[in-house]
Amino acid sequence: MLCQRCKKNPATVHMTKIINNMKTEIHLCGECAREREDVSWFSPFSINDLLASFLATTGSTVTADNRPIVKCDRCGMDFDKFKKKGRFGCENCYQVFKEEIYPIIRRVQGGAYGHTGKKPKRENKRLEANKEIEELKQRLEEAVRQEAFEEAAKLRDYIRELERKEGQEG
Amino acid sequence: MSWINDIGPLGDVVLSSRIRLARNLADIPFPQAMDKIDRDSVIHGVYRSIAGSDSPIGEEFQFLSMKDLSHVDRQILVEKHLASPDLMKYHERSAILVNWQEECSIMINEEDHIRLQCILPGYQLKRGLDYLDNIDDIIEAQLPYAFDPNLGYLTSCPTNLGTGMRASIMLHLPILATTGQMKAMLQTLAKIGVTVRGLYGEGSEVMGDIYQISNQITLGASEEEIISNLEIVTKQIVQKEKQARQLALAGSRIHLEDEIWRAYGTMLHARCMDFNEFMELLSTLRLGVETGIMTKIDIKTINRLMIMGQPGHLRKYGDKTIGDLDIIRAEVISKLLRSTELEN
Repeated sequence: MLCQRCKKNPATVHMTKIINNMKTEIHLCGECAREREDVSWFSPFSINDLLASFLATTGSTVTADNRPIVKCDRCGMDFDKFKKKGRFGCENCYQVFKEEIYPIIRRVQGGAYGHTGKKPKRENKRLEANKEIEELKQRLEEAVRQEAFEEAAKLRDYIRELERKEGQEG
Repeated sequence: MSWINDIGPLGDVVLSSRIRLARNLADIPFPQAMDKIDRDSVIHGVYRSIAGSDSPIGEEFQFLSMKDLSHVDRQILVEKHLASPDLMKYHERSAILVNWQEECSIMINEEDHIRLQCILPGYQLKRGLDYLDNIDDIIEAQLPYAFDPNLGYLTSCPTNLGTGMRASIMLHLPILATTGQMKAMLQTLAKIGVTVRGLYGEGSEVMGDIYQISNQITLGASEEEIISNLEIVTKQIVQKEKQARQLALAGSRIHLEDEIWRAYGTMLHARCMDFNEFMELLSTLRLGVETGIMTKIDIKTINRLMIMGQPGHLRKYGDKTIGDLDIIRAEVISKLLRSTELEN
């Protein structure tokens, strides 16, 4: 069989790939295979492979036999299972495995920490409400210190009202 | 504007721009850990949030349950890049909403509950993001998302945390690929957090000189910052490819013309063509159209060929009495080329 690329030399490099349920065969001579550097160099790369390699280098503490296996109380995921799949079972996993996962997140996300992008609108409202409550609490303390009890009572009621609303929406 | 039927900014090198946002609903396990009741409630919830919204966008979308589609119809969605291979893989639990222009899709119960995706022709990431931003708000108004102030949108895989956004540009780089400049460029890109992949994204290899570049990091930078980074990189690559094309044309125009017209001839007359050969010839033909050498067809025809030459489309629209896909492919390509040539 001749090389598919130069159609001159006999093909010595044979590859079969299955992509997207589609089988393709590549037959090249040594020279063309070397020239077409993407054939060998550009083996399919995925971000998940990267994650898997980071996971493989961490977590000796979690695989120790004498340590009880921690499971997510909401979805039942344990960290070994996560290491195999690279996927968490629910949002609560991020809390449960915080200690294990945060250093890994930092590595796969290029050292980045702290979300700076879009926030859900509900989240914005919640943050604003929290900020307002914090400010009111400070004013309440101040009022108590100055023995302005009438104002303190008003503030206390208002804070309770806000917290009640917050609890309903959250 | 569909990326198949229209040509966009920097369209002589950039095929398409794609934005994908990953979202999960609060208090429901991620798809891989959820039960049937949760699966159905996520599908219904997302469908209702779109179909029942006050926005005119609601009327643009068609709902499809992946389970109810035939294997070929699922494959067609993947080949048009409206659905991901994973959505097809998990068809028992997944669904999709597609807008009639076929530029935006909402995948439900893929790896995450929701994957919003917009593909536009040429370079227009910002427009894609604006479009999805709006849909994101519409869904969020009905369904609270899983979100953490530090980690951003919580996703099944930590590589999508933060913005949940993957922005990708599909580039046609035939000359850079053959002049051996690719390797150095790919290594440089990796250093600045830009990954390069093939036609089908994650884990797929490069075919027909089509490269997909996208952001690797999703946490710590805003959506706009990520996009503007990619824009700088894209413009540089486009410039490099164009320079290389000019050099190639100046050096041996006749040989390039020869190659392009031979590709056209083979496509017109071949009786049997495997996918690999098809993609290589199509790359040459695309270069011909992009450089103005090939005048018998336009980019729209090239894109239609690229879609039609894939297995799902061949099975659906080709001669069903023939078993061998390579034979059907040659026939379908030749017919399409002849019919578009007559139109010119």
